[in-house]
Amino acid sequence: MKENQTKVHQAVNSKIEDSKHIEPMDQYLTFFMGDEEFGINILSVQEIRGWEPITEIPNSPKQVLGVMNLRGTVSPIVDLRHCFGISNLTYTDQTVVIIVSVPVKNDSKPKIIGIVVDAVSDVYNFAVSDIQASPELAHTHQAQYVRGLASTAEKMVIILELTARLIDDIEAGTPLRSFQTSH
Amino acid sequence: MGFVMSVDLSQFHQVFFEESYEGLDVMESALLNMDVNQVDSETINEIFRAAHSIKGGSGTFGFSVIAEFTHVVETLLDLIRSDQFEMQAEHINLFLQSVDCIRTMIQELEQGQSCDTTLASELKAKFTELLEAKDTASTSTAVSDEAASTNAELPSAPVSGGKGWQIYFKPSADILRTGNDPLRMFRELADLGEISVTALLDELPAFSDLDSEACFLAWEISLSGDIQQAQIDEVFEWVVDESEIRITPLNDTLIKNDALPAEMPSEDNKPETQATAPETYTNPGNSELKPTAPNTRQASENPQKTNRKEQKSESTSIRVGTDKIDSLINMVGELVITQSMLNELGKNFDVSSIPKLLEGLAQLSLHTRELQENVMRIRMLPISFAFSRFPRLVHDMSQTLHKKVELVLLGEQTELDKTVMERIGDPLVHLVRNSLDHGLELPEKRLAAGKPETGKITLNAFHQGGNIAIQIIDDGAGLNEERILKKAIENGLVSPDEQLEPSQIHDLIFQPGFSTAETVTDISGRGVGMDVVRRNIQELNGTVEVESHPGKGSTFTIRLPLTLAILDGQLIRVGNQVYIFPLVSIVESIESQDKMIHRVSGASDVLRIRNEYIPIIRLWDVFNIEADHKKVSDGLLVIVEGDNIKVAVLVDDLLAQQQVVIKSLQDNYKSVPGVSGATILGDGTVSLILDISGLIKLAGVGKESYRKVSESGDHQAA
Repeated sequence: MKENQTKVHQAVNSKIEDSKHIEPMDQYLTFFMGDEEFGINILSVQEIRGWEPITEIPNSPKQVLGVMNLRGTVSPIVDLRHCFGISNLTYTDQTVVIIVSVPVKNDSKPKIIGIVVDAVSDVYNFAVSDIQASPELAHTHQAQYVRGLASTAEKMVIILELTARLIDDIEAGTPLRSFQTSH
Repeated sequence: MGFVMSVDLSQFHQVFFEESYEGLDVMESALLNMDVNQVDSETINEIFRAAHSIKGGSGTFGFSVIAEFTHVVETLLDLIRSDQFEMQAEHINLFLQSVDCIRTMIQELEQGQSCDTTLASELKAKFTELLEAKDTASTSTAVSDEAASTNAELPSAPVSGGKGWQIYFKPSADILRTGNDPLRMFRELADLGEISVTALLDELPAFSDLDSEACFLAWEISLSGDIQQAQIDEVFEWVVDESEIRITPLNDTLIKNDALPAEMPSEDNKPETQATAPETYTNPGNSELKPTAPNTRQASENPQKTNRKEQKSESTSIRVGTDKIDSLINMVGELVITQSMLNELGKNFDVSSIPKLLEGLAQLSLHTRELQENVMRIRMLPISFAFSRFPRLVHDMSQTLHKKVELVLLGEQTELDKTVMERIGDPLVHLVRNSLDHGLELPEKRLAAGKPETGKITLNAFHQGGNIAIQIIDDGAGLNEERILKKAIENGLVSPDEQLEPSQIHDLIFQPGFSTAETVTDISGRGVGMDVVRRNIQELNGTVEVESHPGKGSTFTIRLPLTLAILDGQLIRVGNQVYIFPLVSIVESIESQDKMIHRVSGASDVLRIRNEYIPIIRLWDVFNIEADHKKVSDGLLVIVEGDNIKVAVLVDDLLAQQQVVIKSLQDNYKSVPGVSGATILGDGTVSLILDISGLIKLAGVGKESYRKVSESGDHQAA
């Protein structure tokens, strides 16, 4: 996990240099799902893997594709695209699984979950003040996973705060209306 | 204790707690085994040793409440072992209460609470009463100097040195080897008052004969100040039994008891702590009476220890015999050798070395398997850990219930996984209580029924296939079928016109909310119980069943897997998914034929085999997956049993049988109905382990529908 992080760190070293003197920054790994770019705190990322066939779990919610062997640990794989109402999902060699650790309420041990996304994009630095609440999301089902919006010079990134709800969220399939209409 | 040591003692607290629990367990079981009419000196010594080391330990760690209380207990024990006090049945109970009391106090300390001393003081008062009664009795009958020495022992009458004490201390040569340092003791003494120590070199051998680990010295110590003798005794607590210690007051006129001639400092008449058993000091060779610290530790390593963590749900440490560790180290060594051999082989590999490679791989797999077995064995403990609480439980309960009971423990050395052991304790207690309360009759009733007055409860553990079986057998009245049936009809579990086999009736007691006890007792019969027992056991992948004969008694049989971590599995395939059945649950596998399958309206299909009707579960249907063969007649049927129900599961193919390591699904996901866990197969893919009872529930072929099915099946066949 450390190794992966350091690699990512090196990749963005130049960016860190630029913003060193301003307020403390957190790093966010961004990825694409559909046309949108999403970001998660890089400290929750354990590793990034390519797609490989997994073992199905019977009668699981639709977004839970199955379980995968992560060096001896059995971890569920959740298609995050499904959670955000993106249809026409494909699973190819290009499909990416990001292994994240998500906190569990009343439990000291976080769960290790793989999330399936279309492609990994970049690593950005955002200060807390850069992330703004997104009012139009407040009433959608996905609001619970969204922390806010952050902008870079050229684009907007939706910052996510993933929880263990991902694995038993039965309404996960509802389309994300506000985004689809805004574009 | 009034000294400060530079070492942080709190790091040893846990060890002290654990050893104390073990000591208490030793005391308890010895007390329960004791025959009052014929007190065996070895048993008393065993109890005494345990009490003594608890006292010593609690003193060392500054738990003075426990030390003081244990001291009183020990005093009485000491009198008993030197035959100055006659043990009676009521005293056993008093001692048992004290054991409980000390245990509670230690538990309180362990949890960082302050001790509740009410019970301790009550019991202490009783002990003091006994001691005083004994004391007055002996003054009237025995010679005066004996009375004086007994008197000196009573904490209520501590001997004060007034000006100070003269101490002669000659430790055994082994003192340094047992980890006791005289210097440390002198420092402790120095904390009490002004000290001057003179070493006596009389026995110091010539330098060439000197054993550097032995102690040849003796000391004369004079200690001045207003010091209680008990304080000095405390310093020598750990060594008192192997050393020669004489403690005399500096100013003889201050001795309270004039009967003690001051000018005769001969050994026997000293007001020593243990003057009642003077031979224990002066005769270090007497192994029977040597309560040394190492001795006690040895005793506590005895495998007959108890599962002492009744209150803690799961303890975190485990004691492992060094031989087990040694064999692990050996095996890891061999593994390393094999690994380096394979490494070597890999460096200059050509086709000709293939046989060598295969050989190396075979060796590797052998070692891995051995290593795995041995690591598993570390987790295995003899079932006596779970059994050992029962003598006490039965003893106490039989008194409350006024029943006469003999408890027989069999197969105590049968080994079981530690986790299973911890979680089987409560169900076992419940079943034993149940047998005692509901099973065994009152002595009068037993006599009337022509049975011996004393009832018998047998706990039997043995291996059976890949399982361990634990039986709770009583020779009581057996289950009252009539009453069970009546109650079941009242509760709507059975319809009044249903005809049930006796075994089906017996099984009803495991239904939720079922209790037939006429009066709700304190012990059992609150309406919860057997269903909880069954559920707890099922959580461990085990089963429980009952066999009962009216008037002869009942037998409860619990079957448990040996370990929770590894399972013998049968791999099966449905579509492109591989699942695993626990091998123990498989009854047989058959290729079905059309004529064996009966379609029953309103229920699932049933398989008729050897005049038995077995509901069919289509795994692809239940799990909502793709399958090669969706029709029952095309695929294979695996007949499995769970929850005492047989079902036939339709699968596409049977694959290999192999041992699988169980991985939790809950850790990162959640529990899945019909699946008990996951495992990783040789090719690195994950495979799910099927949970038969869960599968039966999921498929909706519960007991009710099963019964209907078999009945209507009969009609059809007829």
